[in-house]
Amino acid sequence: MTAMTGLRYVYAICRPFEAALQSQLTGVAGAPPGLLRHHGLVAVVSTVPERDFAEEPLRAHLEDLDWLTDTARAHQGVIDALTTVTTPLPLRLATVFRDDSGVRVMMETGEAGFRRTLDRLDGRVEWGVKVHLDPVREPETVEDEPTDAASPESRPTSGRDYLRRRRQRVRSDEDRWRQAEEFASRLHTALSGHAEEARLHAPQNSTLSGVPGQNVLNAAYLVPRAESEEFVELVDRTKDDVLGVPGVSGIRVELTGPWAAYSFTGELSGEER
Amino acid sequence: MTVVERREIALVDLLDRLLAGGVVITGDITLRIADVDLVRIDLNALISSVGRGVPALWEEPRDEVTS
Repeated sequence: MTAMTGLRYVYAICRPFEAALQSQLTGVAGAPPGLLRHHGLVAVVSTVPERDFAEEPLRAHLEDLDWLTDTARAHQGVIDALTTVTTPLPLRLATVFRDDSGVRVMMETGEAGFRRTLDRLDGRVEWGVKVHLDPVREPETVEDEPTDAASPESRPTSGRDYLRRRRQRVRSDEDRWRQAEEFASRLHTALSGHAEEARLHAPQNSTLSGVPGQNVLNAAYLVPRAESEEFVELVDRTKDDVLGVPGVSGIRVELTGPWAAYSFTGELSGEER
Repeated sequence: MTVVERREIALVDLLDRLLAGGVVITGDITLRIADVDLVRIDLNALISSVGRGVPALWEEPRDEVTS
């Protein structure tokens, strides 16, 4: 890193590694990421323009979903490339310094914590597991009912009958929700038993994820790379299990990964303060 | 299911990790993501967890490097 123009965007801290990064790799503002070695650690950085990444423009950009999407994908691209050659310690999105010397100071200041965390994460990856509960189909009222056959089974005959049916529907929604939660909790316990660490993220908003229904579980698991296949098979088996649970419909399990250990970088906060 | 289902990573999953995960360092310029007013409604819903207690690994004081 010799160019002194622009700011320094830092993706990750790593231990020194031999392999070269992919030559085509580009970072958040299109510039190729480089390595900055200091005190036996490596910061993976790229140059970003001040007009976009100085505090004020950055603040504005972070409110822009399109900009955030592009930046997040580019950030992830660099981290993903790193995971093929080492175990990176990923930094929070948009960690920006004025120059290389600012990055070096950060590396010195955090050195002990970085080393401890890198040791803890070495050779581990993160797997994401989500459980969704599909929305219930809209009730039967209109469907294939012959219009004139006012069958007492399908049409409320009185206000009281209507209320009774409504209560039943509410109750069955609650039952489904409870069953899904119980399933998610069993799954989480089982998966935690096969992971070194687990973390629960907030349930995802269905509008944003585009997944209808409710997100019951949004969890991340830290798993040794060597045990990943086993972990994935375990998730796969539980997926089959849920299909066999009588009376439970519309529960879906989704697996994502392997990720760099994004969700497991912050454990030291207590000690460091 | 194959071992890894390879499809494009969903933005929500990515943001869960990039906005609520990763080491938080208060650098020269770095904003705490939590301090940023994420105006978009969907975004607020998405990262509702971020607002409460972002884990800060290393506290700042290091102003002398910058202008």
